[in-house]
Amino acid sequence: MSYFRAEDLSLHFGGLKAVDSVSFAVEKGEILSIIGPNGAGKSSIFNLISRIYAPTSGRIFFEDQDITKQPPYEIAGLGIARTFQNIELFENATMLSNLLVGRHRHSTTQLWQELLFLPSVRAHEKAHRRRVEQVIEFLDLEVYRDKLISGLPYGVRKVIELARALCSEPKLILLDEPSSGLNVEETGDMSFWIRDLKADLGVTVLMVEHDMSLVNRVSDRVIALNYGKVIAMGSPSEVQRHPDVVAAYLGA
Amino acid sequence: MRFLFKTDYEDDIRLVPHSGYVISYGVLLAVLAIAPFVLSSYIVSQLVFVCIYATVGVGLMILTGFTGQASLGHAAFLAIGAYTAGFLQQYNVPFPVYFLAAGLLTGAIGAMVGFPALRLQGIYLVIATISFAFIVEEILARWESVTHGNEGMRVKTIQLLGTAVPRDSPGFYFLCLGFLILTILGTLNLLRSPTGRAFVAIRDSETAARSMGVNVSLYKVKSFAISAAITGFAGVLFAHKLSFISPEMFTLQLSIEFIIVILIGGTFSLHGAVLGAIFLVMIDPFLTYLKDDVPGMIAGVAATFGAGKEAVAHIKDNAAAVASANGLKGAIYGLIIVLFVLFEPLGLYGRWLKIKLFFQLFPLYKRATFKRQKIYVKSERNR
Repeated sequence: MSYFRAEDLSLHFGGLKAVDSVSFAVEKGEILSIIGPNGAGKSSIFNLISRIYAPTSGRIFFEDQDITKQPPYEIAGLGIARTFQNIELFENATMLSNLLVGRHRHSTTQLWQELLFLPSVRAHEKAHRRRVEQVIEFLDLEVYRDKLISGLPYGVRKVIELARALCSEPKLILLDEPSSGLNVEETGDMSFWIRDLKADLGVTVLMVEHDMSLVNRVSDRVIALNYGKVIAMGSPSEVQRHPDVVAAYLGA
Repeated sequence: MRFLFKTDYEDDIRLVPHSGYVISYGVLLAVLAIAPFVLSSYIVSQLVFVCIYATVGVGLMILTGFTGQASLGHAAFLAIGAYTAGFLQQYNVPFPVYFLAAGLLTGAIGAMVGFPALRLQGIYLVIATISFAFIVEEILARWESVTHGNEGMRVKTIQLLGTAVPRDSPGFYFLCLGFLILTILGTLNLLRSPTGRAFVAIRDSETAARSMGVNVSLYKVKSFAISAAITGFAGVLFAHKLSFISPEMFTLQLSIEFIIVILIGGTFSLHGAVLGAIFLVMIDPFLTYLKDDVPGMIAGVAATFGAGKEAVAHIKDNAAAVASANGLKGAIYGLIIVLFVLFEPLGLYGRWLKIKLFFQLFPLYKRATFKRQKIYVKSERNR
């Protein structure tokens, strides 16, 4: 049994088949990249997994549990975290509180306890903070702790979004174009961190990416999509040589 | 300028970051504590209104400022609190009991309003809350067996621990001030715990909040309930302060006044709720001044510039007509909102922060520090 599995997943908008019976599996501890031209349905697959969209048909399994019908907010509770292509951070909050929201799935305190800020709440807050600090150290974000997101540059926000996802201690992390908008140096850092995710934290990574050099550096396996369909699957070099993939990118 | 050297996670959790806070808030509390004994009863009475409006402001701030859900229906929540108090008082229910009951009932109704509001955003939510306010206003006017309809309802003096607390006594002032302080402390506690952060997360990006495991619907309802409950509590104090309540006191204009409180004060901050309340309470004396003194002043100026006796009288009459025109208050409210949104979107508290920074950095202050800039266009697709 695979760790994460999508079976015959489809998403139709009227006649448009954004995702067309896609099936794939992710093994525990691997880095799987999804590539494809614009509009191939890559981000739609992510939105199906994190339940922003409901699939037209098909099912999704995580740790042998059917999560197709789970409400969106429980997906994080299962240990699936994600980042967004266009960065969805909490703009008017500091980085620290952004990361603490990442801890939300671990919070157990009740409303009345929080209103009085009982010692138990305080203890929880400190425990959350300790975990957040580990992530901050992991991603070298120390200088930005008390900075408002709205004042930070794009590249830093991208890393903070990754940090926020990590704060929820995910088992599977979905990265939607982690290198988009980053310069060469930042992309290099990102590729190190993605490999560290796997090596140090044991997180399984599913990622959508356009930058082929990043894909080659980090991926164990690659899936190529076009028009909502899987056209190739295999190691990075295999997929890149696949005639259908070449046709999809360059035209036949 | 002060640089905080943080050595403990506690430094980011505690409410007083450094000794400066203890001194300034200590002085403020001391001034507020002696205020009713040194100031005239008129000013103390105005301070009571500031406390009540600020309490509602804090409640609305939780919903609008921190959760990002606009509401023009808070006058209705205030009314529900006030009428619950008035109604239960008839059956000799003691003050602490009906005070709690009013808050809890209003909170429950707030949660009920929150459910249909889950699917609405922005302007549609505003319309929904306005309709809710109209429904409540209508119920208050028609449900005569409970509310005495348009005749209104007398609210008797508070009896607390066997002693009467008249509405113009220092005791009443301390009651309102105490409740305001409790509300602010509770809200601050909320904001530094997971619930408050979830509220802010919903305000800034519902999609991201959801994908971080925040049950957006639940927290929106929670926010509505908390906000309504605080307003309901304030409603009890409001009813006692006025000693008479009737449906026409809880109109759309009152809801707009509450919006002014948070908008002028500065959304996103609790200071803003208090500053906005002070500002709002000061508008009325200003209007009275406008009515009484300004026509005479204008006429005086006209006379100095050599206008004839008839012309002066004419000018004075016209000025008086303008100053006492119906709806002048509404027009002034509108003008204030427009000016603040255009020139000081961060409100009075934002202005205060700028002034403070100016002196801290003097002479290095840069105006661009607070300039709002868009670094990239945020995606609206997943809303």
